[in-house]
Amino acid sequence: MSAIKEMPMAKAITAALRDELAADQRTLLIGEDIGALGGVFRVTDGLQAEFGTHRVIDSPLAESGIIGTSIGMAMRGYRPVAEIQFDGFVFPAFNQITSQLAKMHSRTDGKVKVPVTIRLPYGGHVGSVEHHSESPEALFAHTAGLRVVAPSSPQDAYWMTRQAIVSDDPVIILEPKRRYWLKGKVDTENPAPDAFRAQVLREGTDATIATYGPLVPVALAAAEAARADQRSIEVVDIRSISPLDDETIARSAAKTQRLVVAHEAPTFGGMGGEIAARVAERAHHRLLAPVLRVGGFHMPYPPASQEHRYLPDIDRMLEAVDRSFSYQRGV
Amino acid sequence: MQPIQLLAPDGKLAENEVYGPYIAKLSGEELRELYRYMAMERRLDAEATSLQRQGQLALWAPALGQEAAQVGTIAALKSSDMVFPTYREHAMALYRGIAPEELLTTFRATRHSGWDPRQHNFQVYTLVLAAQTLHAAGWAMGIQQDQRTGSIPRDRAEDEIVVACIGDGATSQGDVHESMVFASSYELPMLYFIQNNHWAISVPTRTQSRGPLVNRAQGYGFEGVRVDGNDVLASYAVATKLSAEIRAGKGPKLIESVTYRMGAHTTADDPTKYRSNEELELWEGRDPIRRYRSWLDSTGEADQAYFEQVDAESKDLASDMRKSVLALEPIDIERVFDTVYSEPHRQVEAEKAWLKDYEAGFAEETTTEAGGTR
Repeated sequence: MSAIKEMPMAKAITAALRDELAADQRTLLIGEDIGALGGVFRVTDGLQAEFGTHRVIDSPLAESGIIGTSIGMAMRGYRPVAEIQFDGFVFPAFNQITSQLAKMHSRTDGKVKVPVTIRLPYGGHVGSVEHHSESPEALFAHTAGLRVVAPSSPQDAYWMTRQAIVSDDPVIILEPKRRYWLKGKVDTENPAPDAFRAQVLREGTDATIATYGPLVPVALAAAEAARADQRSIEVVDIRSISPLDDETIARSAAKTQRLVVAHEAPTFGGMGGEIAARVAERAHHRLLAPVLRVGGFHMPYPPASQEHRYLPDIDRMLEAVDRSFSYQRGV
Repeated sequence: MQPIQLLAPDGKLAENEVYGPYIAKLSGEELRELYRYMAMERRLDAEATSLQRQGQLALWAPALGQEAAQVGTIAALKSSDMVFPTYREHAMALYRGIAPEELLTTFRATRHSGWDPRQHNFQVYTLVLAAQTLHAAGWAMGIQQDQRTGSIPRDRAEDEIVVACIGDGATSQGDVHESMVFASSYELPMLYFIQNNHWAISVPTRTQSRGPLVNRAQGYGFEGVRVDGNDVLASYAVATKLSAEIRAGKGPKLIESVTYRMGAHTTADDPTKYRSNEELELWEGRDPIRRYRSWLDSTGEADQAYFEQVDAESKDLASDMRKSVLALEPIDIERVFDTVYSEPHRQVEAEKAWLKDYEAGFAEETTTEAGGTR
């Protein structure tokens, strides 16, 4: 049997969880409805039947409790994988994540490790009600002690999940829920690139679009569309938000001399600004235009009937590329 | 609701069918040790307060008045039981063998914590109220996991329990609720130890709860016992009984230890602004150490020579502690860089390297100046 299989992203994550549960007795899953129901997105489907109620734990409906008890289990030597049902419901656990999980290793001078993985279905475009479509990555990336990654393909989802679980650090995996059904090839034998590095997904020469998670397929489609205008767009999948592989992003920007950073989260105070500053520090003299950002607006995530106007799409990305080309250096 | 009391403020021991037998089992040496730890902590506390007044500590949170609650409770545990403290469990920390200078590290702000939790089965202090009650529940879930699967073989897991400490103020925090829900639902081997010291900084307990805090346990479906926290014998007896039941698999239990914080919340506040002298005097009359000493004295369990010996030992502790606290080496910020993550992180490494270069730049300038002509 080949180790390469075609599967949707959600199933790739299930496979990763299954493989880690089988590989290490210390790995446990905890979250609301992850047992008999298999999670609201069915990502943990069948795992409780396979591994038992004590390794796939249906928790009380309490987000702070899920993360807080995960910290306690991790302190004792377990490797809990906590599922938060939706992005907007992570905030009741925000204190445990930022003041406890992120800091435990440092405040104990490295004596206590808390290898907790938090799975967070995130982002919009699923037509849901409020608190079901948020992008809180900047809040977590800003908190030292946490690692934050976002897969964009089934292959990445599989390996990022496994690498997150075996990491001794706390890792938040932002699972782009609108891509759960995106199919792709997963090689379960050969590890994908390091979860904490960026990856150039498409080579180009005229401009770079750097993005992560749900917008990666959008960026690839925008790059394809730009060919009609004779523009060759490079696409960088940022993958890891903390640590940020700014070197790979800056290298691409220095090569194409134009950079657009896209994410669903609001641009104000977001990762785009951080990336723009870092790329400017590394490659300012090579750039022909300022780094431009494409993202959400400074508003609560709007009602889903308006999310198509809120979320970056191919046209918004191409508009930013156009704007980048409209800059003339030295004028 | 009257708290369980064995030893009255005048030092008389009452008969008690349920709890008396636990005291009867204690040897003379064990009885004297309870006194010794209480006395040592009180001396440490006084010394720490004066160190803070002299500017040698950034802050101190005195436990003055709560010695019996803490010593009685921790003496009832096995050394293998994990304790999740707040930031005021100094007597419990001493009992678990944590040295005064380790205890004071946080307060001297040389490090965030001063001891290895695994060495003493005593977690580091938590300043965010009640956060540790969830960690305690998670630890207890880990015990159950060990017992079921042996996935982390530990000889001691068989009847290990966890103690989650909180103050009366912290009972208002949501994490306490979530912790008790988890503890109850999974029947975790946990003991909640609430030290009701009557004041959350300047806010009285009645603002946290209109009824006795012990009643909270019932709402979650487990048992709670209210004990006179200024009575070391009752504190010991109640904790011994409840912990034995937890060990026997009967799920979580709660102790509300009714005591009084005779000092300030921390050295940053002034209790005269929010509470009356009458109240303080009332509680001084219930002093846990004086009460116990008078009983030990009257029963002949300890004699004058013993008390003198403890006094001398306390004095030594204070002077040794002063030296060792002043000698605490601050953590190097490079070490802080190194402990943010377990594994390498690009941004942390880059900033660490930047700081090194930046500071080396000053060193060069200094050298140039010194070596230059004048």
